[in-house]
Amino acid sequence: MISFDFDYYQPATIEEAIQLFHTLDEQGKNPLYFSGGTEIITLGRLNRIVTDAVIDIKAIPECTAYRKKGTTHIWGATLSLSRIREIGAFPFLSKTIAEIADNTARNKITLGGNICANIFYRETVLPLLLTDSQVVIASRTGLKQRPLRDVFDQILQLEKGEFLVQIITEQSEIDLPFLCIKKRRQWDVGYPLITTAALKKNDRLKVAFSGLCAFPFRNQQMEKSLNDLQLSREERIEQALQQIPATILEDVHGSAEYRMFVLKNTLLDILDAFEGAES
Amino acid sequence: MGSHEITLQINGEERSVHARNTDTLLYVLREKLGLTGAKPGCLNGDCGACTIDVDGQPMKSCLMLAVEAMNKKVTTIEGLQNAPIQTQFIEKFAFQCGYCTPGFIMNCHSLIQQHPNATDTVIKDWLESNICRCTGYKEIEEAIKATLRNVQQYRS
Ligand SMILES: Cc1cc2nc3c(=O)[nH]c(=O)nc-3n(C[C@H](O)[C@H](O)[C@H](O)COP(=O)(O)OP(=O)(O)OC[C@H]3O[C@@H](n4cnc5c(N)ncnc54)[C@H](O)[C@@H]3O)c2cc1C
Ligand code: FES
Ligand code: FES
Repeated sequence: MISFDFDYYQPATIEEAIQLFHTLDEQGKNPLYFSGGTEIITLGRLNRIVTDAVIDIKAIPECTAYRKKGTTHIWGATLSLSRIREIGAFPFLSKTIAEIADNTARNKITLGGNICANIFYRETVLPLLLTDSQVVIASRTGLKQRPLRDVFDQILQLEKGEFLVQIITEQSEIDLPFLCIKKRRQWDVGYPLITTAALKKNDRLKVAFSGLCAFPFRNQQMEKSLNDLQLSREERIEQALQQIPATILEDVHGSAEYRMFVLKNTLLDILDAFEGAES
Repeated sequence: MGSHEITLQINGEERSVHARNTDTLLYVLREKLGLTGAKPGCLNGDCGACTIDVDGQPMKSCLMLAVEAMNKKVTTIEGLQNAPIQTQFIEKFAFQCGYCTPGFIMNCHSLIQQHPNATDTVIKDWLESNICRCTGYKEIEEAIKATLRNVQQYRS
C-alpha cells in the first residue's frame, strides 16, 4: 500500500510529456517519469520515493518501439527487458538482461527504467557503455543525441525535466565478442555481488562493472592495465585492481575483501576466455 | 485526481471500480473486487505469489498500478476454469500449504501458452519467478511437463 497519493498522466507525445513535467513542477508536484514503475511502486511503498505526480511515458511511440535502420538498432526506453530479449538482436544486452530480476519481473521492468534507476545496480548500462551506444534524450529544446559514455557518470546525467527516449547501437559493435559474468552470493536470481561485462574490440579489452562500487562504471585506467601485454596475467589484474575508481562496496552480499577475491578470479576467467587459457 | 472510477477487463468481464492512482492491481483485485486468488506475499516483486496474466504475459500484480491495467485483458486464477495445468498440479501433488499455488499456476499457464515446446532451460528460467516455501520444485516441474506432453499429444 502506497501511503501517499499521486496524479497519473499518460501523455501520447514527447512534447506533451515535457510540457506536463514543467507545468507539474511549477505547481510544486515533484513529478517523476514512470516507465515500468516497478521501482516507483516498491520504493513508494517504503516512502523512499515520494511524488505528487507521475508521467507514464509508455504510450509515447518513440519510447515503446524497436527499429532497425540500416546498420543501426534503435531501442525505445520503455521496451520491457523481456521484449528486448525476445527481439534477440543484441546478444550482449540479452545476456545481461537474462540475469536481471526474474522472467515475470522482466515483463514489467524497462530498459530506460533500469538505466535511470535509483537502485545502484543498473546492469543494462554495462553492455551499452562497452558498445559505445548513443542515447536520445528529450528536453525542453527538443531531442538530443549523445554518446552514453559522455552523459553517464554514475547515473545518466539528465537535466531537470529531461527523459531518456531511445538507445542507439551499431551492428558492428553488437557483433564484437563479449562476456557478461554475474556472481551472486547465493541462488540463481537477484542482485549481484559483482557483474562484470567485457568486450573485445581491435584486440583491446574493455570492461565495465556493477555491484563493485556504489554505481556501475567503465574505467579506462583499469582497461589500460588489463591490456598491458608486457606483464603477466596476474600482474595485469593486480594493477587493474589498484585502479578501481571508488570505494569497494561492503554490504549484505559480501565484504570488500570478498568482492576483490571474486573480481580477481572473474577477471582471470575473462582473460582466459578471450586469450586462451595459459598452460 | 488522486482517485477515480476505472474500468478493467477481468476474466472476460468489464468491472468498474473506484481506485486511487497509487493502488496496486493486487490491492484492487483483492480488496475492491473480491478476487483473492492472487496472494500478497512480499509486495516487492520477489515471491511471485501475486502473479496474474495481463495480455498473455505473467505479471506480478504488486508491481503494477491498477490504472496501468486499463484497456488490457487481465486474467486471474479465478478466470482459469479447469485449465490443464490445474489438473496436473493436483495429479502431481505440486503443492503443500498452497499459498504460492495460484501464482505458480498463472505463471505455468502462461508458459504453456507461450512455449508449447518449452525446454528444461526455459522451464527453469520461468520457475525462478516464483518462490515456494513448502515443496521442492520437482513436482511443479512434473506438472508442467505432463501438461506439455498432453498439449503435444492433443496437437499431433
Ligand atoms: C524483483 C526485482 C529484482 C530486481 N533485480 C535487479 C537486478 O538483478 N539488477 C538490476 O540492475 N536491477 C534489478 N532490479 C531493479 C530494477 O531494474 C530497477 O528498479 C528499475 O528501475 C526498474 O525499471 P522500471 O522501468 O520499472 O523503472 P521505474 O520504476 O519506472 O523508474 C525508475 C526510476 O527511473 C526514472 N525513469 C524511468 N524511466 C525513465 C526515463 N525514460 N527517463 C528518465 N528517467 C526515467 C523514474 O522516474 C524513477 O526514478 C530489480 C527489481 C525488482 C522489482
Ligand atoms: S507479492 Fe508480488 S511478487 Fe511477492
Ligand atoms: S505450497 Fe506452501 S508456499 Fe508453496
